[in-house]
Amino acid sequence: MSSELINSFKTGPDENGRFGTFGGRFVSETLMPLILDLETEYEKTKTDQSFWDEMDHLWTHYVGRPSPLYFAERLTDRLGGAKIYMKRDELNHTGAHKINNVLGQIILARRMGKSRIIAETGAGQHGVATATVCAKFGLKCVVYMGAHDVERQKPNVFRMKLLGAEVVPVTSGRGTLKDAMNDALRDWVTYVRDTFYCIGTVAGPHPYPAMVRDFQSIIGKEARSQMNEAEGRLPDTVIAAIGGGSNAMGLFHPFLDDRSVRIIGVEAGGKGVDDRMEHCASLTGGRPGVLHGNRTYLLQDGDGQILEGFSISAGLDYPGIGPEHSWLHETGRAEYVSVTDQEALKAFQLSCETEGIIPALEPSHALAHVAKIAPGLPSDHVICMNMCGRGDKDIFTVAKALDWNMTEFD
Amino acid sequence: MTRIDARFAALRAEGRKAFVAYVMAGDPDFESSLEILKGLPGAGVDVIELGLPFTDPMADGPVIQLAGQRALAAGQTLKKTLALVQAFREDEDEAPIVLMGYYNPIMNHGVEPFLRDAKAAGVDGLIIVDLPPEEDDELCIPAQEAGLNFIRLATPTTDERRLPKVMQNTSGFVYYVSITGITGAANAVAGEVGPEVDRIKAVTDLPVVVGFGIKTPDAGREIARIADGAVVGSAIVDLVGKGRPPAEVLDFIRKLADGAHSA
Repeated sequence: MSSELINSFKTGPDENGRFGTFGGRFVSETLMPLILDLETEYEKTKTDQSFWDEMDHLWTHYVGRPSPLYFAERLTDRLGGAKIYMKRDELNHTGAHKINNVLGQIILARRMGKSRIIAETGAGQHGVATATVCAKFGLKCVVYMGAHDVERQKPNVFRMKLLGAEVVPVTSGRGTLKDAMNDALRDWVTYVRDTFYCIGTVAGPHPYPAMVRDFQSIIGKEARSQMNEAEGRLPDTVIAAIGGGSNAMGLFHPFLDDRSVRIIGVEAGGKGVDDRMEHCASLTGGRPGVLHGNRTYLLQDGDGQILEGFSISAGLDYPGIGPEHSWLHETGRAEYVSVTDQEALKAFQLSCETEGIIPALEPSHALAHVAKIAPGLPSDHVICMNMCGRGDKDIFTVAKALDWNMTEFD
Repeated sequence: MTRIDARFAALRAEGRKAFVAYVMAGDPDFESSLEILKGLPGAGVDVIELGLPFTDPMADGPVIQLAGQRALAAGQTLKKTLALVQAFREDEDEAPIVLMGYYNPIMNHGVEPFLRDAKAAGVDGLIIVDLPPEEDDELCIPAQEAGLNFIRLATPTTDERRLPKVMQNTSGFVYYVSITGITGAANAVAGEVGPEVDRIKAVTDLPVVVGFGIKTPDAGREIARIADGAVVGSAIVDLVGKGRPPAEVLDFIRKLADGAHSA
């Protein structure tokens, strides 16, 4: 093994699905044989050129990749410091980065002969992406969505129904993403033989965290070469929002071994990261535990009971985080910070006003941190933030938060 | 030899089948839960499975989910569950207790302190749903070293290739999950379960009990005929959830025990 490889941050996970002590396969025995089958199939598939040819074709002609790397000139001027680029994954078909991963998993499911696809969704973006690809391939699709999220993300619920998916509102717990994932796992354990569970983020039992990361890494690979074209060099800082952490992992991974690149993940601080625990900042406000098949940082009480996160953004409203992020946090290779709902709302408006881009509330968190640090950085410092989703789905939530009466145009 | 080993040896000597009852610790509150627990040996329960409440019980159906929520709302914690076992042990030294639940509260407590405290309280074995053999170093091996049985779940998806791995490092008894699914869902079918039990017995000398989807005394008898015992959980917990007093819950448990014992 060369010394370069020994020092690489890109070799994980190990054969047990661990990134350091994080990750693993903490699932019931009923699911274990399935997880092992999936791992075998994925290991085979990821070195199969015909698989990647099919992905590339669909990424180009169905999703619209590569997504542009866009120099946000007015935003840069307004903040008066670092040069800000946006990786425009919100321009993908279905409006977010989620479809990058869904395509990979559905093609894999087809190769494994599975006829029924299940998914969990928070903001609805992963659900919509899954319903979309299932419609394209004529597969049965069932999406579990917390009842609370069904209420605050109605447009996406309707989209999924139009696309032929069955949307199951989950009422257990507080009815958010965590509870949707529980019910998806309960479904999987019941219909284990014909069902493929399409997980939307870099969490869950091995091999999901690695597999979803590999599919999402197209974001970072493109950004790396596009930045080279635009600036003739690597960015100085890459920034992305984190719930489970798939858009961030996708952007970060290709840069992990470029030591000059500062990597920052932005968690949802909700009402503020403090003892009230009304936030979703697992790394900055939680501690290691085991949930949903992996060991990772979790929001939990003194007895090890999982706490409900809180965020204005349904897509970040999850009490855990992908295990590779936990490892990057502990090794210090990536920094993790949090921004509050109010800061994210301000950044949402800033993007609308200066760039004519209505961002989703998730990347608004990343943008809020950009707005914090950019003014203090020199003008030759290059930031690349992941604009991972568009905000059409969030306009009702934002209107409510800004006390805007949507009915006055009726 | 743990209380579990002793109990199954005695049952085998008498030619009887085991009746295993699951109740949730602290459901609906500590005192009522203790009253039910203390009544279980007298009602004919051979092995007690005591549920550890957890916010996210991924393998459980609505009945057990709600029981966990009731217990947590009443203030139940892992420490209080061990206190419950300790209180039970004050006047009962033979009936084995197996804690059944999920790993996070145990990991949160710390594996070594947990094993020490559990052993001291009078716990005999553990069934931890989200710890498959692949994660044996976490708790299974340390638990065996501490003198607790680590009981494994075998399921309809556990194929021939995998079965030896599942049996490795297990002790006490084997819990065969009769259905693919969550607790309290579909009904176990004796005709389908029989060959599965034989398949497991071919690779282990441990007793094999069958659970998930057994709801009535008749069903318990049918299953006990083709295995070493039957487990009932959701049907009991459902009565607690309906607010029935401990005495009525214990009456139902006695009928279930009689069913299994008549096999």
